[in-house]
Amino acid sequence: MSGVADRLRDNGVAVYPTAMLLVFFLIPFLIMFAVSFFSRDEGAFFTPAFDLANYARFLSPFFFKVLVTSLGLSAAAAVISVGVAVPFTYFVTRMGAGAQSVILVFLLSVLSLSEVIIGFAWSTLLSQTAGIGNLLAALGILESSRSFTPSLGALLLGLCYLGFPYAVLVIYPALSRLDPELPEAARMLGASPIRSFFNIVVPMLRNTITGALILVFVFTLGAYLLPQVLGRPQHWTLSVHITDQAIFQSNLPFAAAMAIFLMLVSLAMVGLSSLLGQKRM
Amino acid sequence: MTQIRIENATKMYGDFAAVRDVSVDIPDGSFVCLLGPSGCGKTTLLRLVAGLEDLSEGALIVGGEDYGDIPAHKREFGMVFQSLALFPHLTVAENIAYPLKVRGAPAAERRARARELLDLVKLPGVEDRYIHQLSGGQRQRVAIARGLAIDPKVFLLDEPLSALDANLREHMQIELRQLQKDLGVTTIVVTHDQREAMSMADIVILMKEGEVQQVGTPMEIYRNPANPFVANFIGVSNLIAGRLVDDRTFDAEGTEIRLAPEDILHVAAPARATLSLRPEDVVVHADAERGQFRGKVVFLRDLGASVEILLRVGEMEITSVCAPQSRPDVSVGDDVGVEFLTGRATVLAL
Amino acid sequence: MPALFRNLFILLVVLFLAAPLVVILGVSLNEPKRLLFPPEGFSLQWYAELFRANDWLGALRNSVVIALGASAIAVSIALPLALYVWRKQNRLAKALFGLGVAPFMLPPVISALGFMIFWITVGFYGQIGATMVSHGVFLVTLPLVTISLGLEGIDRQLIEASRCMGANSRMVFRTLIFPLVRPYVMSGFAFAFVLSLNEYIIAYMVAGFTAETLPIKIFNSLRYGYTPVMASVAVFFVMTAVLIYGSIARFGDLPRLLGAERSAG
Repeated sequence: MSGVADRLRDNGVAVYPTAMLLVFFLIPFLIMFAVSFFSRDEGAFFTPAFDLANYARFLSPFFFKVLVTSLGLSAAAAVISVGVAVPFTYFVTRMGAGAQSVILVFLLSVLSLSEVIIGFAWSTLLSQTAGIGNLLAALGILESSRSFTPSLGALLLGLCYLGFPYAVLVIYPALSRLDPELPEAARMLGASPIRSFFNIVVPMLRNTITGALILVFVFTLGAYLLPQVLGRPQHWTLSVHITDQAIFQSNLPFAAAMAIFLMLVSLAMVGLSSLLGQKRM
Repeated sequence: MTQIRIENATKMYGDFAAVRDVSVDIPDGSFVCLLGPSGCGKTTLLRLVAGLEDLSEGALIVGGEDYGDIPAHKREFGMVFQSLALFPHLTVAENIAYPLKVRGAPAAERRARARELLDLVKLPGVEDRYIHQLSGGQRQRVAIARGLAIDPKVFLLDEPLSALDANLREHMQIELRQLQKDLGVTTIVVTHDQREAMSMADIVILMKEGEVQQVGTPMEIYRNPANPFVANFIGVSNLIAGRLVDDRTFDAEGTEIRLAPEDILHVAAPARATLSLRPEDVVVHADAERGQFRGKVVFLRDLGASVEILLRVGEMEITSVCAPQSRPDVSVGDDVGVEFLTGRATVLAL
Repeated sequence: MPALFRNLFILLVVLFLAAPLVVILGVSLNEPKRLLFPPEGFSLQWYAELFRANDWLGALRNSVVIALGASAIAVSIALPLALYVWRKQNRLAKALFGLGVAPFMLPPVISALGFMIFWITVGFYGQIGATMVSHGVFLVTLPLVTISLGLEGIDRQLIEASRCMGANSRMVFRTLIFPLVRPYVMSGFAFAFVLSLNEYIIAYMVAGFTAETLPIKIFNSLRYGYTPVMASVAVFFVMTAVLIYGSIARFGDLPRLLGAERSAG
């Protein structure tokens, strides 16, 4: 039925988006990949070369420590965020439409917050003059107000704040599609509410939960500002070092090599998750 | 002994009463159908009994004990859900034995019990399959088996057969009824299908807009409907508007219908009322001189097992149904004699 | 689950999410130019400052211009791409869809560095247009996902019907498909807009020193000391997001947009 003109238009529709994504996304990646082998040039960003020195720098104890810090922090943030997000989302999906919408709007707003603002807000909340220190002192728990930042705990809290809304949004569709009669059936069969949650809801969401863990992990791995605002220099993650090398040390090739490495770690995680997903029935 | 007593049960959602002031007694071992159109509150009433909803007012007494504050998972009831709610991540045997697992029964016992129940519902040999590998009818049986796994005090079913096609549904109705008789478990089934209710129930509870309209055996309700809604929901009925002049006379907008002492009056004369008469209690004669009334055939349907004749009698539209063997020799447009069988009518409040 | 426990849990989580926002709201109302909570006095001067002080106003203007341009670019890429994927559903279409969602699935710092090196290479490093295009490509994912969701909801028989009545594919698009997906296009635009407004790392690495956006400005101020304007900007951002998402929820079906199969309730 469709004429030649129609068919041309059908395919022609893809030309512009493809071109845009190729030119402005894929090509930058390829250039970055190439630059990761270049050598540093103080005057003009970088000079073409084929040099594995940037990658060789990963083999230092310092870099190893950075990597362990990054992965450990992200893993902890992912587990905490998703651990709280699963029951939270479950409760939210059992609420009325109006209340659900209000909470979703709130979550989306938090999710959209710039890392800068999250960092600023948490550093204020944990500060000596305007933070919970005042509250704790007023309640008599602390003798006098003190600051809770910078510290590892503050950084972890910030990362959870960053990752939590994403975890909820990944879990939300699966939970809102879950037949509400399933946990009810478990209750009629004698399972307590908590038991039916762990026996029925959690196993049915296994893939989704894995997906949420990976997403929050990858996402917090990319946090670059919170470690600077809420953490100490020894808590700086790979992402901070990438920015630092690129902007302040003007070593783009090394930054590129680290970015490629970070991307490989992220892709490995995503690949792992889809592999796990396929194993299920 | 698990007789159930529902006292003045009310369930409010905000200002809306899903169930309003319902009181029913359900004897031990009986098979009860909660019947009514969608949105009549029958499922809410079932969920109140199950403990999945809390009563706003009223009481639920099971076996002489107040169950109002007992949570669903401690009631020891069995339930089959409308969606069946079989757990997709568990095998058939694991689904059926789930209530035993919750109660800490050892694996061997669970497996044996699952097998026993599958035999009971005539579905042996599927223990290790997953739910998505079963047909609709098989899933139905698994859900019933799971609901019966702990020998429940009360067995609750919410539209359990609605997903099945017509043939299979009728078959399962008979099986479910036989199973219930064998086990003697007090059973409550929600359905919107009056034929299903008529064919299974000892007691039918007919509801509309959150309120009980009538409680009784299927035949009681059929023979003696309490109001025009019931008369029309259970089977079909000719509902004739008019006025009850005295105990022997009903005036249907100009046509006078004589009543017999066996006819049932729910209103005291004189009053405006509705006369209900089943189509099989209207006999059509080809000879226009026979019967109490003279009418005209408006429409005629041969349905195979029965014949349906639509008549106009004075201002009334009357439907008559008869067996093909006793079909009168009439066709559309004929003048015919119409006979209302005596002692079969019910006069209802408006 | 006992309702009390459930509500307490939700309340605690919401409190955790709201606490920092409440504090910056309080801080932004301080009268003295110091970081204090509970606030001392009450003053809206730091909000006025945002629209009066030239450096803050410039950053605000940059942010809005970039966000508007970027979300337009994102939608312009996402709409034809979503249409193509929806019509074809072949391997190429799937690959293109993957390319469209990829930027969002990787840590943004990677894309940021990629964009930076790219713009250095082609000579547009430091230009506001470079930030706009980068954001546009980076945020394609959002309109792509919402528009695809909208297209999935269209009954294909509608298209067959309109074809039988003589519409060619351009008319089918104009009279049928576009009106049906318009709400999804608009929410995609809105999502991209809010996220571009808040985006820091790409804007910083592509043109951080020449085209300063609000997040960059906040971070720079954070380094050189405290000013309550930072707090008022942050509040302004939260309000904008609440306003935009609130209107999506009000005029559209937010639960469905976020993947619930049926709308709740």
